[in-house]
Amino acid sequence: MEFASLSEFIAMGKHGLYVWLSYGLTALIVAINVALPLRRRRRLMKEQAQRLRREKRHASST
Amino acid sequence: MWQWLTQQYHRMSSPKWFYELTGRWIPWLVAMVAISAVVGLTLGLLFAPADYQQGDSFRIIYIHVPAALLAQSAYLMMAISGAVFLIWRMKMAAWVAKVIAPVGASFCLIALLTGAIWGKPTWGTWWVWDARLTSMLLLLFLYFGVMAIQQAMESEDAGHKAAAILALVGVVNIPIIKYSVEWWNTLHQPATLTLTEKPSMHPDMLWPLLIMIVSTYLFFALLVILRTRNEILWHERKRQWVKKLLES
Repeated sequence: MEFASLSEFIAMGKHGLYVWLSYGLTALIVAINVALPLRRRRRLMKEQAQRLRREKRHASST
Repeated sequence: MWQWLTQQYHRMSSPKWFYELTGRWIPWLVAMVAISAVVGLTLGLLFAPADYQQGDSFRIIYIHVPAALLAQSAYLMMAISGAVFLIWRMKMAAWVAKVIAPVGASFCLIALLTGAIWGKPTWGTWWVWDARLTSMLLLLFLYFGVMAIQQAMESEDAGHKAAAILALVGVVNIPIIKYSVEWWNTLHQPATLTLTEKPSMHPDMLWPLLIMIVSTYLFFALLVILRTRNEILWHERKRQWVKKLLES
């Protein structure tokens, strides 16, 4: 272990701002990249399941 | 051998086959990405010794270098997929090329942002218009261009074609990025890792970097798989197998 305490770890030998800004921005971009395809899939499945039900109802009523 | 290759090709061109196969891969990929990222970041942030010149700011390397490598590999993969689509009209290849663009652009952006932040304490400036930085910025714009041209065309097919051609033209930029630090005088340091030479880094610094590179590539594979599966669901929504999936 390179750091004796948590505050030393956060300070990163006076480069804390740069290190944590880098890691923070990366975490944000990574999170967006995970969230987008998951949200698209959820919406897609919902919309298409609705369309399918609608078409079935329509077919049985005529 | 040839027979096996053509068999694999026909399988890969089947969206249903791809969807079902990758469905089984996802949990394993998620586990591998999570474990490698935790191990790599713990070793890199807590156990690697500080750089004798740069101090602790060098720890940015564990995201900067993997992201920059991936941004270039992803671009090549996008261009190759585009070529496969242009030559053999394989739709799956066009979808893969399409979904790589935003993911590759994201990693390119990570490389540029972390590079700028790393540059400030190391070089005293956020940005210089030198060869390495400029060619990486061009890579980001190429990704944006591929995404934009895809949407701009009237039909989806024409969009795929135009995007593939632009991606292929832009491949010229990849060797320029790689050799920019050798061809021109630049602030950017030369490659930390090369395939031909023994690494100059201390193993305690090197291992976390190698683990983070593997982790980043696995994560990229996961993101491309997730997005490609969405493309498949959308395009095959009227096929029987997707209907079955929707009803269950």
